[in-house]
Amino acid sequence: MTKDGGEMAEEQKKKPCRFWIWALASVVFRLILISFPGNLNLSSRPEVSTPLTSIRRLAEGYWLKQASMSPYAGSMYHGSPLLLSVLGPLTVQRIKGHSFLLCSLVFVIADVLSAMLLRGIGQKLQMAYGLNARLLGVLKSSRDKGILPCGDIAALVYLWNPFTIVSCVGLSTSPIENLAVILSLYGAVTRRVPLAAFGLVMATQLSLYPATLTIPIIFILGYGLDAPPLKLFLQIRSVEKEDTSTSAVSKQAKLKPNTRLPFLWKTVVHFVFWVLLWSLYLLVLCGLSLSKYGGLEEMFTRTYGFILSIEDLSPNIGVFWYFFAEVFDFFRNFFLIVFHVNILFLLLPLAIRLKHRPCFLAFIYLAICSILKSYPSVGDAALYLSLWSLFVNELTDMKFSYFLFCGYLGISLLSPVMHNLWIWRGTGNANFYFGNAIGYACFQIVFVVESVSAMLNHDRSLRKSNSNHREVEN
Amino acid sequence: MCKPDQYHSLYKHHFLSPELRDLLRNARSAVIQVSDRLRRFSLDPIMARLVLSLITLLILQSVWVTIAFESKHVEEFSEELLLKPLPDRKVLAHFHFENRAPPSNSHGRHHHLFPKAISQLVQKFRVKEMELSFTQGRWNHEHWGGFDPLSSMNAKPVGVELWAEFDVPQSQVDTSWKNLTHALSGLFCASINFLESSTSYAAPTWGFGVNSDKLRYGSLPREAVCTENLTPWLKLLPCRDRDGISALMNRPSVYRGFYHSQRLHLSTVESGEEGLGSGIMLEQTLTVVLQPDSISGEANIQPSWSLSSLFGRNIVGRCVLAKSSNVYLQLEGLPSHELKNVDPETEADKFWKNAEFELSLKPDRILREINSFLYMFDIDKSSDREPFDLGLTWKLPSKWSCQQAPLHSTRFLMGSGNERGAIAILLKATESQEKLSGEDLTNGRCTIKANIFQIFPWYVKVYYHTLQIFVDQQQKPGSEVLKKINVSPSTDKVSSGMMEMMLELPCEVKSAAISIEYDKGFLHIDEYPPDANQGFDIPSALISFPNHHASLDFKEELSKSPLLSKFKEKSLVRSYTEVLLVPLTTPDFSMPYNVITITCTVFALYFGSLLNVLRRRIGEEERYLKSQAGKRTGKLKQLLSRLKAKIRGRPIEEAPSSSTESQTEVQSSVFSSKLLFKIILVAGAAAAWQYFSTDK
Repeated sequence: MTKDGGEMAEEQKKKPCRFWIWALASVVFRLILISFPGNLNLSSRPEVSTPLTSIRRLAEGYWLKQASMSPYAGSMYHGSPLLLSVLGPLTVQRIKGHSFLLCSLVFVIADVLSAMLLRGIGQKLQMAYGLNARLLGVLKSSRDKGILPCGDIAALVYLWNPFTIVSCVGLSTSPIENLAVILSLYGAVTRRVPLAAFGLVMATQLSLYPATLTIPIIFILGYGLDAPPLKLFLQIRSVEKEDTSTSAVSKQAKLKPNTRLPFLWKTVVHFVFWVLLWSLYLLVLCGLSLSKYGGLEEMFTRTYGFILSIEDLSPNIGVFWYFFAEVFDFFRNFFLIVFHVNILFLLLPLAIRLKHRPCFLAFIYLAICSILKSYPSVGDAALYLSLWSLFVNELTDMKFSYFLFCGYLGISLLSPVMHNLWIWRGTGNANFYFGNAIGYACFQIVFVVESVSAMLNHDRSLRKSNSNHREVEN
Repeated sequence: MCKPDQYHSLYKHHFLSPELRDLLRNARSAVIQVSDRLRRFSLDPIMARLVLSLITLLILQSVWVTIAFESKHVEEFSEELLLKPLPDRKVLAHFHFENRAPPSNSHGRHHHLFPKAISQLVQKFRVKEMELSFTQGRWNHEHWGGFDPLSSMNAKPVGVELWAEFDVPQSQVDTSWKNLTHALSGLFCASINFLESSTSYAAPTWGFGVNSDKLRYGSLPREAVCTENLTPWLKLLPCRDRDGISALMNRPSVYRGFYHSQRLHLSTVESGEEGLGSGIMLEQTLTVVLQPDSISGEANIQPSWSLSSLFGRNIVGRCVLAKSSNVYLQLEGLPSHELKNVDPETEADKFWKNAEFELSLKPDRILREINSFLYMFDIDKSSDREPFDLGLTWKLPSKWSCQQAPLHSTRFLMGSGNERGAIAILLKATESQEKLSGEDLTNGRCTIKANIFQIFPWYVKVYYHTLQIFVDQQQKPGSEVLKKINVSPSTDKVSSGMMEMMLELPCEVKSAAISIEYDKGFLHIDEYPPDANQGFDIPSALISFPNHHASLDFKEELSKSPLLSKFKEKSLVRSYTEVLLVPLTTPDFSMPYNVITITCTVFALYFGSLLNVLRRRIGEEERYLKSQAGKRTGKLKQLLSRLKAKIRGRPIEEAPSSSTESQTEVQSSVFSSKLLFKIILVAGAAAAWQYFSTDK
């Protein structure tokens, strides 16, 4: 036993070492890519920069602001005024002919921070998984080799994901949006309520969709981290009562013997209070920075209004641009409502079904948003893919993983080709690129559906193994 | 052609006001009454005739006095034609018609000469000043001149250009503009009403040359100009094209030219008197550049021409309603050089008949300008028998060049592909620059100021922060060269963008270029014109030089010629750049239904499959499957299992042998994923089939 422990400790020493090497390598790789941006020209790729995240539009907004005009004058900039005042001055400075070098450095830092926070979330989740598995009797020892270090995996997936690298080097502001989202999750997981509230408010301010994360964050704060359904613990408890053994008693079961999970109202109220405080603070800041121009009303119409009404029909990897370029004007509002409501419709069923796994719920919400977003980019995919890898322990028997991997790979290779054929060569038409976008949407849908079903199956299999275990004991 | 009696009736109807007509009628009846009375008194017939003629004379005199008194407030019309041989073997003909309506308190309800449609337009929309031009072809600034009043006023951008200044409160300007475009559209048979939408016009502040916040400017580069636009324009003239100078406008010869621009300028003149409204001045010009049929064998001799060879018609008499009708011939450059020392008194003939060239008619007057000679002809004397057919015959080869603007401007697009690009405006120094540069010294530094005014349609999304200025091929920071800049960025589908900038360039500049990047917009399927793949036009940019003014400086005292007094005024030197054609990406116009159905299918797939996964209960499905299996195997087994279940109780019911359950579970999930896969496959096949079918 002691020998085993020593080996384990050695391995654990080695693993972080390897992790840091890989993380450092990813940073170096990014810096190398940044050093020759002209050849890559990633910032103009429609997959990377959308009207909301493009740095050129941000620079234009900053220019307009410097020319004492509203940054939202015209329809160039649609981001947050705070981002403008942070990143704007960096866009003007040219270093050795690289116009956006400082911005790229900011994005690299944001990426590294996000990876570190993801690692923190992963470590928490890993601990919770180990604890729950032991409580359920699936794992016997605390140092079982069966648990994967999901934090390290997620961080590395985030750092080495080509999507993340491309959106970092391609100067889209999505690394910062992702950082805000991950920050809010990190705050919730580590139970730092003000931090969680700040992350959530920031992410919502930057792009409207993370507002859906309110539900999972409340669940995390209210019910605790991801765990198998409460029923299982109750079953075990009943079995244990029968056995009258008190060796391993679940914490939750100890606290409340009834079938309902305890909900920590106090924390949630605390969280809501902080959300209100932060949003008030941000609104005041935005109001101050826009007081000379159109004020907050203009900001909302130009940011959220722009997101919701899908005014820009330039191609991206989503499906809305072509749909709204083709649909008859008469039906435009109808379809706008239908498509936006599609996100909202499934929030509640998912929340009911995955109540016991709030972090996973957050991942599903983010994935759904990235499918149904008005202006999706690969940066969104990068976020949900790394969140997905937080659940490698639970989703080991996910189906179609190879098929999906090939799909994602194929789409990311075909998309530039189709775009080139259509826009630059003029030999293909818009359908080529749209077909690609449809394919991408389908793969994402399969991915989400399979993830949810794998997670539910995991819970089921836990229940089954539990009952088997009992039967064997009986 | 009109017949004499028609003229008479025209004269009668148009020229004499009803009051005058009444007066004449009364006078006639008075004369008749007096003669009756004289006859009754049986006076000597000779005596009677004498008295009668005396009375008639008296009455006529009083009528004359009335007419003379009225003429102060009478409408005036004048017609003029300027002919000018151009250095590149072409001939410019510039028709100029001016119609003045005096200020009147009757609010212009009644007009004799002035077109009622125009005066109603002015009254209704409170137009202070307006200019509308229809142009086909491009003015050649290098050969046809860029620094004379003629080119700065009449070199117009291709298509329709309209600007108007209103005399209404600021909030009503846009409404007035919209109404005005519709009215003009109907009046001139053109699609000027497209300028109504806010995406096609702009409100220049200072870049246009007229500083006013009630000014609106718009242009339609795509508009084709033809006789349908000329006919309504001619209708505004009192004699139309029936008589006078306008009779020369033979449609085939006018439209055969290299350039033709018909312009209508309208301005209100404040009377200053209380109670009186404002007068209107309507100026209509038609500028055509024609290529005379060269008869002479020698290639380097300028082609000789006459009015009849240019237009295929002659001038037969003047328009009787015109106050003045003159024809001018302007000869620039070389001829004036040699004739400078000739005394106009003694050797008058030498001016029009010399070794170099010969005019077919003797000019009535010769006006001398710094660079040119102006021959004036009065067409009063021409008649049916003796038509006015001015001709110019060159005897010796001659060469001259026109005065040019300080900088020659061109504009072009950069970049390829349908995603983005850049617009560049290049200003190149011309020869005349050195002559002009000395004049404007500011802060001890000789500079040329150039204003650039440019409208961008919203689908050209300009990034103003990418503005780069190069002077003599070296990039300069904006603060050094750019003196003033005013930008109003475009809003998608709402308003067009506008850029006004003032460059201050050193006089010795050889070339200056500005470039600005843009993204191409993607339009809704309905926003594309019928021929979407042709591309979209970016209207011409206007380059003006605020420190340079063009005017003709005559040595002689001028007669009251509106055209010449116009030329004598200082006018801003301006030039328009080319219209740019920007190709935009098109969606597949035949696809709306397919796109809607495919997209909705994807959404249904998302919603349905996710909901299916969420609401699925594996346990119940298993129970159902088992009961089905039990039905098949036999009732006894089924009964047994039920019994077993009853004995064990509900919770234990869910615990059958693990191996079979996992198998069935796997089966069912495989079944569901297979179904999913099939759906995707079918959707993919349908999409693929659609592409192939549409491509064919």
